[in-house]
Amino acid sequence: MTKVLTVEDLTISFGTGDSELTVVHKVNFTLEAGKTLALVGESGSGKSVTSLGIMRLLSPSQSRVQGKIVLHSDEDIDLLSLSESRMRRLRGDRIAMIFQEPLTSLNPVYTIGDQIIEAIRSHRRMSKRNARQRAIELIDQVGIPDAEHRLGTYPHELSGGMRQRIMIAIALALEPDILIADEPTTALDVTVQAQILELLNRLQEETGMAMLFITHDFGVVADIADRTIVMYAGEMVEEGSTETVLERPLMPYTSGLMRAVPKLETAGLKEGDLESIEGFVPHPDNRPTGCSFHPRCTHALAGTCDVPPVPIEDAGDGHLVRCKRWKTLQEAAE
Amino acid sequence: MAAATEQIQTNSKLRFFESRTLRRFVRHRLAITGLVMIVGIGILCVVGPWLLPHDMLDINIRDRFSPPLTDTFIMGTDEMGRDLAARLFMAGRVSLMVGIAAMILSTLIGTVIGLVAGYFGKVTGTVLMRLTDSFLCFPQIFLLLTLAAFLEPNAFMITLIIAVTSWMEVARIVSAEIRSLRERDFITAARISGASHRWIMFRELLPNTIGPIIVAATLTIAKAILLEAYVSFLGYGIQPPMPSWGNMLNNAQQFLDTAPWLAIIPGIAITAAVTSFNFIGDGLRDALDARSDAQ
Repeated sequence: MTKVLTVEDLTISFGTGDSELTVVHKVNFTLEAGKTLALVGESGSGKSVTSLGIMRLLSPSQSRVQGKIVLHSDEDIDLLSLSESRMRRLRGDRIAMIFQEPLTSLNPVYTIGDQIIEAIRSHRRMSKRNARQRAIELIDQVGIPDAEHRLGTYPHELSGGMRQRIMIAIALALEPDILIADEPTTALDVTVQAQILELLNRLQEETGMAMLFITHDFGVVADIADRTIVMYAGEMVEEGSTETVLERPLMPYTSGLMRAVPKLETAGLKEGDLESIEGFVPHPDNRPTGCSFHPRCTHALAGTCDVPPVPIEDAGDGHLVRCKRWKTLQEAAE
Repeated sequence: MAAATEQIQTNSKLRFFESRTLRRFVRHRLAITGLVMIVGIGILCVVGPWLLPHDMLDINIRDRFSPPLTDTFIMGTDEMGRDLAARLFMAGRVSLMVGIAAMILSTLIGTVIGLVAGYFGKVTGTVLMRLTDSFLCFPQIFLLLTLAAFLEPNAFMITLIIAVTSWMEVARIVSAEIRSLRERDFITAARISGASHRWIMFRELLPNTIGPIIVAATLTIAKAILLEAYVSFLGYGIQPPMPSWGNMLNNAQQFLDTAPWLAIIPGIAITAAVTSFNFIGDGLRDALDARSDAQ
């Protein structure tokens, strides 16, 4: 197991002074080569901001990123203290990213061949001819037939799934150590979604890159992730191997999220049978005291859950949970 | 093999133009009329002076104020008996050159300012756009005349001051366009792949605004020709004996009742050139607007 990225106490806040809002609070994780870590949570739980923070793409005048992000390349590189120009050289090269909207992520005025070739040549000294050859290999690798002819097509001539494949090809062009995938399948059809996940799994096996996979869909998590972190209101609330988290969720929020995924068995049931978690993720300036989930939690106990601090506890085998009542709840369940 | 792919790539680019923009432009009757007229005027101005039997500076006192179609003077002569046709074509060279050069210069200034303002936004954007607004506050004609009165009036200076007083529109168009484009995902994608600000501005954003810029540029030529005519008419522009459409009108006004062709002919030339460029601009605007494809 080779560590590729260590994130320690990552805290991200926006605004300054009195109006400062903490959006991500003390997040810790490591990425390992060839493994996938999933960050799961509802909209507003801070998962996308975390990825942008790692890429250092948050405007420094509007946000504050604290903690430590260390990239274990040939040497250990602290990303947060890196100069902007060195960071720029790492982006797309050592750390690549794909995201939600493949429809708008390609520049409409260039052919996809030009875009892949430029992505390669912006980081590597390579002749146009070689870069072109590499582009053909990449298009082939992401499972698009007739790669050579595809080079000359414009983004608008391709379907959503095809465009996401091209985005993946661009991301993988320089064989990055880390691929951050921010809901890459959310905008796609279910069948295409499955193909893209399969593709990412295969490419990971081939290249040995580490993947940080951001999603709100536990179905996707089960397909792709080795480890899973559940985030709520900017905090990690549960972490463990994907199997443990899915089979034995300890935090009521995780089990709530899982029950809210529509399944085939629920088809045909009456309205209201599909569970949802009442309420919304709290706004960062109005975070409840104690456990930030307790106002929405059906197991919340006054006097316990609304009293800080709520530490994250180890439930064995690296299964971490941030819930004061997990032991009681687990015993009750058994 | 490589040649074959090259072929496919050019084909695809050609197809892009053939199928959309170009076809829409060709279908635009007024634009094509304008284009034909401009090409005609251009050819006449370039070739005309060589074909005519008279030099534009030849003075024929005996033939003063000949009306059009007298002898070899197809457009007649002016108050010094100079061939009006020769002068008109030479003037056309000057006026069109000033128009096009001023367009290039003002489009460059406007594009760069709009691009930087739109991309960086915040303080930089505000300062640049308020600068643009403050330039717009002055009536352009007075700004132009004031500058023209202080500077040495020649074709180069006129071009320069027309450009300096007409870049604002392009700047506003570009900055508005960039402000919406920079939020698009492909810009985030470019940043994620480590692109610099300069790369994003000139390689990612600029090609996406080429349409509106071309339209604005075409309309700017029309405006620049008019402005040059205006300034030269008032005597601050191109100085005789070098002719321009504007200073030909200036000379003609005192003979309006006795030799009206002296004013009418350059007047028609200005009108024809300006309307043609406006038609082309409108045609381009419609052609480059992909939404008209949906209809």
